[in-house]
Amino acid sequence: MEEGVVNEILQGPLRDVFDSKQLITDISGSGNNWAVGHKVFGSLYQEQILEKLRKSAEHCDCLQCFFIIHSMGGGTGSGLGTFLLKVLEDEFPEVYRFVTAVYPSNEDDVITSPYNSMLAMKELNEHADCVLPIDNQSLFDIISKIDLVVNSGKLGTTVKPKSLVTSNVGTVTKRHKKPFDAMNNIVANLLLSLTSSARFEGSLNMDLNEISMNLVPFPQLHYLVSSLTPLYTLADVNIPPRRLDQMFSDAFSKDHQLIQADPRHSLYLACALIVRGNVQISDLRRNIERLKPALQFVSWNQEGWKTSLCSVPPVGHSHSLLALANNTCVKPTFMELRERFMRLYKKKAHLHHYLQVDGMEESAFAEAVSSLSALIQEYNELDATKSMPVPDVPRLSVAM
Amino acid sequence: MSIVTVQLGQCGNQIGFEVFDALFRDTQCSPGLCSKRENEAYQASCKERFFREEENGVPVARAVLVDMEPKVINQTLSKAGQSGRWKYGQHACFCQRQGSGNNWAYGYSVHGPKHEESIMNLIQKEVEKCDSLSGFFIIMSMAGGTGSGLGAFVTQKLQDQYSSSLKMNQIIWPYRTGEVIVQNYNSILTLSHLYRSSDALLIHENDAVHKICAKQMNIKQISFRDLNQVLAHQLGNVFQPTYSEDGSSHYRRDPLGDLMEHLVPHPEFKMLGVRNIPQMSENFLAYSTFTWPGLLKHLRQMLISGAKMEEGIDWQVRPPFSGLPPLGKMSVHKDLHFNTSIANLVILRGKDVQSADVEGFKDPALYTSWLEPVHAFSMWKTPRAFDKYEKSAALVSNSQLLVKPLDMLVGKAWNMFASKAYIHQYTRFGMEEEDFLDSFTLLEQVVASYGSLGP
Repeated sequence: MEEGVVNEILQGPLRDVFDSKQLITDISGSGNNWAVGHKVFGSLYQEQILEKLRKSAEHCDCLQCFFIIHSMGGGTGSGLGTFLLKVLEDEFPEVYRFVTAVYPSNEDDVITSPYNSMLAMKELNEHADCVLPIDNQSLFDIISKIDLVVNSGKLGTTVKPKSLVTSNVGTVTKRHKKPFDAMNNIVANLLLSLTSSARFEGSLNMDLNEISMNLVPFPQLHYLVSSLTPLYTLADVNIPPRRLDQMFSDAFSKDHQLIQADPRHSLYLACALIVRGNVQISDLRRNIERLKPALQFVSWNQEGWKTSLCSVPPVGHSHSLLALANNTCVKPTFMELRERFMRLYKKKAHLHHYLQVDGMEESAFAEAVSSLSALIQEYNELDATKSMPVPDVPRLSVAM
Repeated sequence: MSIVTVQLGQCGNQIGFEVFDALFRDTQCSPGLCSKRENEAYQASCKERFFREEENGVPVARAVLVDMEPKVINQTLSKAGQSGRWKYGQHACFCQRQGSGNNWAYGYSVHGPKHEESIMNLIQKEVEKCDSLSGFFIIMSMAGGTGSGLGAFVTQKLQDQYSSSLKMNQIIWPYRTGEVIVQNYNSILTLSHLYRSSDALLIHENDAVHKICAKQMNIKQISFRDLNQVLAHQLGNVFQPTYSEDGSSHYRRDPLGDLMEHLVPHPEFKMLGVRNIPQMSENFLAYSTFTWPGLLKHLRQMLISGAKMEEGIDWQVRPPFSGLPPLGKMSVHKDLHFNTSIANLVILRGKDVQSADVEGFKDPALYTSWLEPVHAFSMWKTPRAFDKYEKSAALVSNSQLLVKPLDMLVGKAWNMFASKAYIHQYTRFGMEEEDFLDSFTLLEQVVASYGSLGP
């Protein structure tokens, strides 16, 4: 809802990739106000948005999925973005809606980000099929880790520049021009891995609709923790291929996650491993057997893994792994969000900015909180089953 | 008589290719340790069953390829075409774009009805190109969405439309620790539906084939291609031509009909498994010699102990002495040691096959009491060797071998069902909890029936 970012893209090296008729901009932005993004710009641009969506959809032989990419803390991405979710659900009910949402980190400088995030969460709960939460702190930590290795100059740690998960070698832009570019590149790699099996051949393909099918056991519980490995490839070819197993171990280490959470000490509902490159089913099985004992799975899905093998690795690597976990470890993130929200809301701070927007009622805030609380409660109930033994459900008995 | 193969989904198509390739390669093994005339009769019989001729002389597989996304079919078609030895029919495939999302309900309730006409037309066209149809061989996995759901749908339609032809479903049982999280649901839905509409279920477990690759074939980094090739070898050993029992001079005409007649005497018992011996990597084959007594002894023990391969056979297991009362009530959920059979078929190929002594398989103690061994056991043979094996034996068995895996599968699916996890993914495409309960009921019945078999 402001022109700067879109204009830059249109003047940049990727200008020919984007259809200049397929964009909508305004002038003043949403002022970091969810209500402005959702209610004002939502109603203002609804027709235009629908028209452009329909046009894009017409070009598809078979439309399977929408990727909605936005931040939670601002006004446009958060407000208009979640407004769009509802539009998509009504207009294209059969098409999946995958949301990559960047959650505000602790040092977020937008004061109203807890409000925006909370209001957006309700929409994500109700209208998204699958959400991949990301936070800037994790992305930043990954960058720091890479910088450490690149600059350490230790023997045997020369990193292949093309292989950095933050690298844009192989893309069109030559240098990272802005501070967030390297961090965003990581998210771009996430989306690439997610769609790799749909774009390339492999011995065990996986489509996007399979992600939703396998990783969302109950409609509300559709938040997935993602982790990417490797972050870089060492140039030294003498390093033996123990690297392959190391890649699997890394996927379950916090250093590689795109969100701050602790899945190892929480409960797994489901887990997917999306493997690219020269990796075979025996490698996959060996590593699942190896890593499984340390992980806690919910009682009704003790052995549930979704796996896929795509033959083509990402640029600069011989293999890579994206792990997606539906795990109760997202609960603390949501609880913190609720905390920060309540701190502001109790004092009614900045509330008037929202309430003065046409169509915005105070009840919206209460509803958003209760929606999030219900979600947290579901995670609580699952966590409570964690240390309990697997219940013995009596089977149907058959008369002989 | 000819067999029309229907390949469904990624698994079905990847395996189908390997099967046709194995069959064709075997026919090209000349002269197969037998006379030239013998070999030619063998080749002709195989070709009639599985291939048809095209103008430029390249044999065309009698197959229909179905998948709900294009990548695998394209690969399969081009792999076959590139080989220059055989190929698939140009218009023999049906393809969509969006896949089935590992969702049985989507495959069965959405894709099925939507594409019924196109798929059945394709099959009809292939059937018309057969002089005489023995039946259908349907290759599918249970774990995914297309093979499982659409496979169940297609089998049902085949039963409606070709009620006098036989259908055998080659089913791939997924790895126990997942390939797909909802595989247990997809599996029970598939098995229960196929039990009603198919004539026989030939089952291969990924876990078992994987072990064969690791222990028998000594493959270090096992790929799906490796699994599929082992499987294709086993199937080739079963389906390649053999002689009629009565020592007649022509190859059997109706492989499917014969298989059904010998192995599925009762519709309650349709699950068949295959054991194959020897099975090893080519490197070792050159240094090994085999005798019929040795091979048959191992094969018999594999049957009795429920082993899925040669290595690690439990020689302690013995059949119960006939005449003596069974040791305590056999409970389904206990560890079953001795594997009781309903019917067995042994297929022998290669050198000195006429000297092979299969008396050990006629022991009544191996079988359930309601069939005489003379009806329960049959043997087919041919002096023509299979692939690179001077002697090879296959055992197709209708026995308790699959009870334990089935029991475990039902248990896990039931556990998940009790929590209602993932059910919304199925009900959104028109299924109901009732459908699940029906499937569970049918399969519990199958488990109980097989479990209660005793001498």
